Amino acid sequence: METAPKPGGDAPPKKNKLRAKRKKPRRYWEEEETAPTAAGASLGPPRSKKRKQEFRPQRPKNTYIQNKSRVSKKPQIPKKPRERRNPEPQRTLSGAQDPFPGPAPAPVEAARKFRRIDKSKKLLHSKSKARSRLEAAEAEEEEASLRAARSELLLAEEPGFLEGEDGEDTAKIRQTDIVEAVDIASAAKHFDLNLRQFGPYRLNYSRTGRHLALGGRRGHVAALDWVTKKLMCEINVMEAVRDIRFLHSEALLAVAQNRWLHIYDNQGIELHCIRRCDRITQLEFLPFHFLLATASETGFLTYLDVSVGKIVTALNARAGRLDVMTQNPYNAIIHLGHSNGTVSLWSPAMKEPLAKILCHRGGVRAMAVDSTGTYMATSGLDHQLKIFDLRGTFQPLSSRTLPQGAGHLAFSQRGLLAAGMGDVVNIWSGQGKGSPPSLEKPYLTHRLSGHVHGLQFCPFEDVLGVGHNGGITSMLVPGAAEPNFDGLENNPYRSRKQRQEWEVKALLEKVPAELICLDPRALAEVDVITLEQEKKERIERLGYDPEAKAPFHPKPKQKGRSSTASLVKRKRKVMDEEHRDKVRQSLKQKQQQKEDGKKPKPTGTRSSALDRFMH
Amino acid sequence: MSVTGASESLLALSQQEQPVDLPRDYPLSASEDDEDSNGERKHRKLLEAISSLDGKNRWKLAERSEANQSVSEFNISSEGIREKLALSDLFQPIKMSSSLVTVKKQLKRVKAKKTVALPLNKEEVARIHREIRTPLEQEILNILHKYKQPVTDPLLTPVEKASLQAMSLEEAKMRRAELQRARALQSYYEAQARRQKKIKSKKYHRVVKKGKAKKALKDLETLRKVSPTAAASEELEKMEKARMMERMCLKHQNNGKGTKSKSFRAKYDLKSRQAMQEQLAKNRELTQKLQVASESDDEAGGVEEDGLMVPDVSAVLMDTKGSNPWMCRSCTCHSRESEIQKDPELPPEHVTLKDSESEEEESPVAEENTLLKEFEERQSLRKRPEPSTYAEPMVCQETQAFSSQEVLSELKALSRQLSKEDRQSRKQKVNSIEVALRSQEEEKPLLLQRPERIQTLEKLSKEGCSPNMEIPRPVLQGQQRERNPDNQPEAPKKKRKEQTIDLQNLLTTKSPFGKSLAVPTLEELEGEEERNQKQMIKEAFAGDDVIRDFLKEKRESVEASKPKGVELTLPGWGEWGGGGLQPSAKNRRRFLMNAPEGPPREDKHLPNVIISEKRNIHAAAHQVHVLPYPFSHHQQLERTIQVPVGCTWNTQRAFQKLTTPKVVTKPGHVIEPIKAEDVGYLSSPRSDLSVMQRIPKGLSVWHRKQLKDNSAG
Repeated sequence: METAPKPGGDAPPKKNKLRAKRKKPRRYWEEEETAPTAAGASLGPPRSKKRKQEFRPQRPKNTYIQNKSRVSKKPQIPKKPRERRNPEPQRTLSGAQDPFPGPAPAPVEAARKFRRIDKSKKLLHSKSKARSRLEAAEAEEEEASLRAARSELLLAEEPGFLEGEDGEDTAKIRQTDIVEAVDIASAAKHFDLNLRQFGPYRLNYSRTGRHLALGGRRGHVAALDWVTKKLMCEINVMEAVRDIRFLHSEALLAVAQNRWLHIYDNQGIELHCIRRCDRITQLEFLPFHFLLATASETGFLTYLDVSVGKIVTALNARAGRLDVMTQNPYNAIIHLGHSNGTVSLWSPAMKEPLAKILCHRGGVRAMAVDSTGTYMATSGLDHQLKIFDLRGTFQPLSSRTLPQGAGHLAFSQRGLLAAGMGDVVNIWSGQGKGSPPSLEKPYLTHRLSGHVHGLQFCPFEDVLGVGHNGGITSMLVPGAAEPNFDGLENNPYRSRKQRQEWEVKALLEKVPAELICLDPRALAEVDVITLEQEKKERIERLGYDPEAKAPFHPKPKQKGRSSTASLVKRKRKVMDEEHRDKVRQSLKQKQQQKEDGKKPKPTGTRSSALDRFMH
Repeated sequence: MSVTGASESLLALSQQEQPVDLPRDYPLSASEDDEDSNGERKHRKLLEAISSLDGKNRWKLAERSEANQSVSEFNISSEGIREKLALSDLFQPIKMSSSLVTVKKQLKRVKAKKTVALPLNKEEVARIHREIRTPLEQEILNILHKYKQPVTDPLLTPVEKASLQAMSLEEAKMRRAELQRARALQSYYEAQARRQKKIKSKKYHRVVKKGKAKKALKDLETLRKVSPTAAASEELEKMEKARMMERMCLKHQNNGKGTKSKSFRAKYDLKSRQAMQEQLAKNRELTQKLQVASESDDEAGGVEEDGLMVPDVSAVLMDTKGSNPWMCRSCTCHSRESEIQKDPELPPEHVTLKDSESEEEESPVAEENTLLKEFEERQSLRKRPEPSTYAEPMVCQETQAFSSQEVLSELKALSRQLSKEDRQSRKQKVNSIEVALRSQEEEKPLLLQRPERIQTLEKLSKEGCSPNMEIPRPVLQGQQRERNPDNQPEAPKKKRKEQTIDLQNLLTTKSPFGKSLAVPTLEELEGEEERNQKQMIKEAFAGDDVIRDFLKEKRESVEASKPKGVELTLPGWGEWGGGGLQPSAKNRRRFLMNAPEGPPREDKHLPNVIISEKRNIHAAAHQVHVLPYPFSHHQQLERTIQVPVGCTWNTQRAFQKLTTPKVVTKPGHVIEPIKAEDVGYLSSPRSDLSVMQRIPKGLSVWHRKQLKDNSAG
């Protein structure tokens, strides 16, 4: 009876067992399939059918590893694929064979990018149940990351680039040359708006990169679909305009006017006048929190919840007039630049700055944070342009003295840094996507007809918008933007209906303002302090520690072996063993510490991947 | 009614009075006094009666009008208001004898009369008003006049009179009070000394001894400043005394039990040998007779040669004081200095007193007297333990602030070059002095090297700079600082300096790249222009020290974030308590529970960053704060919740897989009750094979046995 299911020898039944264990659980409605197995186990055809079923869940297990091993272990493989191939032709309806059987290979390197579990922290020895949970979590992570890596194949678009002919400096390439070289659709993205009448312009692109809002100092406010050049609205607010910003969608516009903050819709109709936000100099919108952060002349940083129309907090920065503000897109922290050369980082949940960084000897003129939240570029009155590492150390990575000093800074999605100095715009690029821009030589330069007043890279387009005295210039910067957009998140081509749907979803997924902190993954951590506190309170309440390990009590033995001496002896044995364990552990720790101490730490700060770029 | 009642009582009073005040045996021919007093009394009674008319019935003591057997002690009253009853009155007999009264009165009368002066005899009058006739008499009179002797009334000389006048009653009282105070203080001091002597702690006595030695040293120093000669003599005396003591006792002669054993061990043990030799050396040193002027030859050369070594010249100073004109000058110089120094120290009272005296008495004798007094005062001042405490701090604190620090900082650098450099500036000289002193201090006990400093100071004065009192002070303070915990104030300063340097470096990080490339459209400035601009920027920002402000801010925030200790002091515990009384510092220190040191700050090694240590409690409210069952450590749980599950972070398939429910039901299908087979139990012997297939591993021995039996049967 037992020999029947294992005709192939000794090895297969083991596998069979494993497969049976990992078999997809039989559902109660799947009666047709389970009935025959239960009834007639000895029958031939059903057995083969069963094997088929067993094979299917097996496949994801030997995914890319198996495929890799195929390359190395050539002699063994031919047999197994054959075995597998046999059932497959039976399943396809058309009868055509799949030339690449099994799941698509996924690059390990790409998968590593999607790993989320921090394995640097060593875990204590855990109980078997906890261990199984951990293993399950790790398996899940591995699979999810693999799938994500595999789906990277779908990102078909590639970023643009600009290369000089054999040693030609790309900075010498002019906009006209670029426009001549590119296709018509791209060339149409380079344009100049001559608006000399209403003073220097601030500008803002919507999150999809499709719409552009501009605000002239002398009251000119306009919003347009800059790709089709279709004007949505144009008004004069008859008041000085300090800053302009789109809210979560292109339908709403916040304008910081001379006295108060006004909100217009895309028809140019004034919806709100927010008098609690007065004398605003700078605006920033946090899209995932629906917060409009405003910096005022009076030194207040105010967070306005746009979804409910409430002011979340008004923080006094205690540093005089706030002129320089930017947001960290990675963790939604607001950076404020002050006249004493410091940059302070703010979150609406805290009354004091999360961090303060001394960046310049003079006041800070401009700041920008890149899209990954890794680098911050600052320029100060001391004519220096510096790039800081924001990953915990806040140390300057590189710096450069500019003849005039930069008055405006902007990071593109792919990490290009633009700086407006007087009427010149310089753009620097880095080596790769994750590297900071090297300030050695500019990637592109462009001279404008007026002094720069606003700078922003257009999302998902290789375009840099520059607002200046003479109007607006849209520059072409190859390789600036992310080529692939997420259609569910920021779809430049979305219809009105889609936008509305997205709006609802975004509102449902709104992140509470108090969750803004330096590490956005802090929510996945346990609140250890409260945990300890509660534990302590519990112990106090109960009078003993319920989780404490019970002391060892030897079991009484029979036949006269349970004498007091032997009991004590056994007890002592256990105690000694525990003690030895402790000693061993402490010794190990000491050794580790010694080893750690031996390793020379270069600067005392955390070593970063960018150390090789520094001297 | 009340008015009539009152008048009646008045009548009754007037009637009652007679038997009391006029006893039968009282003579009718009484004197006017008695009558007067009687009238007065009556008048007073009348007044009282009138005052009682206002309706308030004042309680009155009952008057005893007749003798009674039962005398109540409560009813004894004194008559009238002014005459208070005294105990002596009660003891006296009731009736005064009339004869004595008359005698008294007569005596009074006699006393009141004045005697009429009788004129003197003629002879006597002549003796008194004697004219000077003979030259001898004239001479005598002159002499008497000259020395202010009394001529007519030879009771007191004018000096004696003055002295009598000088001490008035108040002065005498004051003096007495002073004396009393001194006596009281002395007794207190004695009591204290007795108490201290009783203390058994060896450590305490050691400390006291040390303190005394220090104080003595200080005294000596000040004395030296005031009068070097006296100091030197004192020193010599001390040394001599030490020598005597040493010669008398057997302290350092290796005769003791311990030292003998050491000498036994000395053959093998290097340490004990050294200790023995040290002892002997000490003995030799102490018993050596002072060799005067032996090293005077190489004095000048030694200083010039290596600057660090200054030979011992105290003896020279002592001996050659008379003969050497240089020394003399310096001595006078010093004395003058001392005078200058002392003048402000004199209390103002003395000065005024002096002035008044000089104004009043202009005779040479008086002047001498005043001078003598002044001298005495000075002497007493000199004998005071710390004469310099009055004026010195005020004068030199400002100078101390910078000069001593400067001196300390420049010390090391200068000490090496000292011999080569010509000493022209005063500061450098001070340095040299200090260096010399320092080196000496390391070699010898402090007591022996006093005179050197004087000598070096002399040198200074010789070389031409005026004897300024501010020179030695910084040196002295520097010395004191050295004597105190070594260079302690310097260490933290250095640290801070390092930090600032670090920050400066940070802020002025040179761009890692060389000169910027020329860009066609960019008008890059020339190197010089750039430099100029940098200079300009530096100038522009010279005023506001950003770095210092930032460091200060950081320090403050660090201080603020430090965990504070809990003070468990109970006011009044172990000491006096009450309103306005603070618990003593000692008690506070004793009951201060120091908070455990928190984890190191995140920005500990980042000089240009302040990271807030405050917890975001709003975010913490969203965090998990309970560990679910299988996990024993929070890190384990964190690992399981680190993978995002939502469709925003996952592909569609992964999202579905991550979110599949454990139990899936399908509508329209019957859920049948569980069977034993499903769980792995055997329902019938026939179905054992299926069971085997389903759970191949989980079979117990018993099951296998059964299976075998079944197959067999």
